[in-house]
Amino acid sequence: MQQLTAINDLVVRFANVNGTGSASANNMFAMSIFRMGIPVTAKNIFPSNIQGLPTWYEVRVSEKGYLGRREGVDLLVCVNPQSMKQDIASVKSGGYFIYDNTKNLHKDFIREDINYIGIPMIGICMRLYQDARQRQLFKNMIYVGALAALLDIELDVVKGIIADEFKKKPKLIEPNVQAMMEGVKYVQENYDSPLGLRVERRDLVGDSIVIDGNTACGLGAVYAGATVAGWYPITPSTSLVEAFAKYANRLRTDPETGLKKVAIVQAEDELAALGMVLGASWNGARAFTATSGPGVSLMNEFLGLAYFAEIPAVLVDVQRGGPSTGMPTRTQQSDLLLAAYASHGDTKHVLLIPSTPTECFNFMADAFDLAERLQTPVIVMTDLDLGMNDHLTAPLKWDDSRRYDRGKVYTAQDLDALSAMGKQFGRYLDVDGDGIPYRTLPATHPTKGSFFTRGTSHDEYARYTEDGVKNAEVLDRLLKKWDTAKDITPKPEFYQTANQSNIGVVFFGTTTYAALEALDLLKQEEDIVIDAMRATAFPFHESVEQFIEAHDHVFVIEQNRDAQFRTLLINELEINPKKLIKILNYDGMPITAEAIRRQIVGVLATV
Amino acid sequence: MTYIKPKFRHPEMPKNRVGYAKSDYEGVISTLCAGCGHDSISGSIVQACYEMDIEPHRVAKLSGIGCSSKTPNYFLNNSHGFNSVHGRMPSVATGANMANRDLIYLGVSGDGDTASIGMGQFVHAIRRNLNMLYIVMNNGCYGLTKGQDSATADAGSVSKSGSVNPFEGIDLVGMALELGATFVARSFSGDKTQLVPLIKAALSHNGFALIDVLSPCVTFNNNPGSTKSYDYVRDHIEALAQIGYVPEKEEITVSYEEGSTVGVELHDGSVVHLQKLADGWDPRDRQAAMRRLQQAKADGEILTGLVYVNPESKDLHEVIKSDLRPLNSLKEEDLCPGASTLEILNEEFR
Repeated sequence: MQQLTAINDLVVRFANVNGTGSASANNMFAMSIFRMGIPVTAKNIFPSNIQGLPTWYEVRVSEKGYLGRREGVDLLVCVNPQSMKQDIASVKSGGYFIYDNTKNLHKDFIREDINYIGIPMIGICMRLYQDARQRQLFKNMIYVGALAALLDIELDVVKGIIADEFKKKPKLIEPNVQAMMEGVKYVQENYDSPLGLRVERRDLVGDSIVIDGNTACGLGAVYAGATVAGWYPITPSTSLVEAFAKYANRLRTDPETGLKKVAIVQAEDELAALGMVLGASWNGARAFTATSGPGVSLMNEFLGLAYFAEIPAVLVDVQRGGPSTGMPTRTQQSDLLLAAYASHGDTKHVLLIPSTPTECFNFMADAFDLAERLQTPVIVMTDLDLGMNDHLTAPLKWDDSRRYDRGKVYTAQDLDALSAMGKQFGRYLDVDGDGIPYRTLPATHPTKGSFFTRGTSHDEYARYTEDGVKNAEVLDRLLKKWDTAKDITPKPEFYQTANQSNIGVVFFGTTTYAALEALDLLKQEEDIVIDAMRATAFPFHESVEQFIEAHDHVFVIEQNRDAQFRTLLINELEINPKKLIKILNYDGMPITAEAIRRQIVGVLATV
Repeated sequence: MTYIKPKFRHPEMPKNRVGYAKSDYEGVISTLCAGCGHDSISGSIVQACYEMDIEPHRVAKLSGIGCSSKTPNYFLNNSHGFNSVHGRMPSVATGANMANRDLIYLGVSGDGDTASIGMGQFVHAIRRNLNMLYIVMNNGCYGLTKGQDSATADAGSVSKSGSVNPFEGIDLVGMALELGATFVARSFSGDKTQLVPLIKAALSHNGFALIDVLSPCVTFNNNPGSTKSYDYVRDHIEALAQIGYVPEKEEITVSYEEGSTVGVELHDGSVVHLQKLADGWDPRDRQAAMRRLQQAKADGEILTGLVYVNPESKDLHEVIKSDLRPLNSLKEEDLCPGASTLEILNEEFR
């Protein structure tokens, strides 16, 4: 029978039952490969459930450093009888199926074109452990050991990871190592190992780290000096605020008094979460919240107020599958239009779109600067894939000379100086001509600088007005501010120094991994060269329009049904919509390079 | 319509200890209907802040949407104001308070803003014992949309159009007590002698202070048959006690008959004196307050005064153990862990 062979280029999928501790064992497997210097990426494909339903964990190992999802499973570790039939079907011809052979496999589960490797996980556990929970947890370590032997993972590396994992409970290190070694021993005694499909130490990951985007965003908020967070739990954003709380508590608690330089309140709903952010930002603290699409729907009202009353706010939208409650545990980029134009009336919001955890960290820091500089909401658009999955990414960096940009805020001295010049403070006066007025914080001055913040129509002095011309002037000034934003938000990334083709491609966020791989495939296998641009922000920098102008056809790759980013481009830029060809994926799984290549080749065959 | 208030002030106008005349606590001219109860409440707020020697700019005044929520424009012109969205003032006040625990937070809301669209946020602000004064200007109807019944309108109350409200009214005072509010009071816009000391005591309270103020709507709900009309309220009011507020620094100048008063010392050292009208009445007894409230309801009385206070109350900041300094005053040095710490953190992700 054919046996797949490859070194450092494989996909391993684990089929588990959720709530059985498998995630940490699977994570140890992925981290072992990372510590052998080989690029690796992991995707947790989990149910919206706490215990008992099928869950998968997919690890891609790529010597070339491709970190997107790849289609096809080379080796499947089956620990869940519920999904066994579909799991067996998912294995590539010539691939491997690892299962528990404590009992024989029914003949219905036998495929002639794949390789079955039986490991008696339950049998070994029954023999060695008495306690049910122990049998459960150590079973996971047994398959990690079996895999280590089959794929040639260095055992010292695995042992090191176990030691790190149980640093706080050192008593557990030895039993876990023993369980892992039971798996190793069984493979060595019963099979030829390693397989032709295996890993081999390299030096390809440099000083990279492995972190999920939510943790990176949470840390970014700590570094950016956020002191207030109001939030409401929702998958997949929950772990973002939890990470913020964890690191803020760790890094900002006075060891003597136990008092914290942070205030985090779990709100009654997403409306209140953003309300808290606005109240705190209005009062001069850096404040943020994180949510997902359903939360953004609820936050529309406050986003409109923040836009019109010009209050800074930082919001992270970790996008999930929609519409409505949708697929809470699957990924999409389908909140773009919702976020860009959230709330009634003429509103638009600044979006930052990171594509790696490192960029999550950096964009969070930028988001607070931009929100205070522009006095408007800044929405960081990540997604479930970026937020909840571990990614190999450049280490987080902070420049100690960096100062927070607190924006245009008058102090008491400024107000005195202003009145000495015979000028009156006007909260919404465009003093500098960039559309951004000066604000004052409550309690700044006993007699100067107070104003009444309101969502009703107002003049330059924050006074209520029903003069429609005055209101139109405010709306126009907000557009001027919008133009200012175009030049101070992150610039797009171009992957060529000069354009080489009449075809271009635009992508953003987590699509980047697969898009870059697809461009390599197209070039190497189809001899098609395409110029590429990664968008990072909304509103669009002028170079976005220039890029589109410079190409006859531009593919827009995104993970939603309605080509929402394409709509944003058409809506905001003076371009011919016919040029923009949509390349989509919206099945809730991260888009793959193969899917992109297929669609692009298909389109190019017809133009 | 814009009203400009004359800025001329008589130089002899008396000033309080922090050097402000009473007029320094006023706002712009009200655009509410002549005779609106809300304007009287604004007047009581001005009076209380002036008498308490509060520096106006140390107050942050917040509101939602509706007639009541317009009033922060009509008092404390030197305070920052935030007229937020309908029913959402509590969350904005929560965030503002989280950012700076040192200011005085004065929230103004109405019965629609609080008991209908804002009910969710209202109850959670109480639960968190947010340190603020929350005044409900309660007239039982929607004024700005011309007189629809609100959720606090009593069952059987007759509106101006003659329709009878078929639904049970929500009693905010009873509900706040049930939710564990630490300062609960009711008053009447027409009774300044009661309302002013109540506002002062509420501002001294460390935690969430609710004052539900019956404030008749002269235009849409002051007709015969309405239970929130001036006449009806005056006829059915029953004050729990006469109230005297004594700031910490002042000697007690009001003399009460021996044994006839209860003095409750508040967080800042000030004292509320209550002249007992009912036997055995103690505003620190929550269960007694609930019973008394139920009794009044059964008797068709509108109970006013300080219904309940917990002088030991701990506010949100004490509960979540946040820094004693206002968080909005912290700088990079306080907040940013720096590059070297990030190196350690990076290592944890390898």
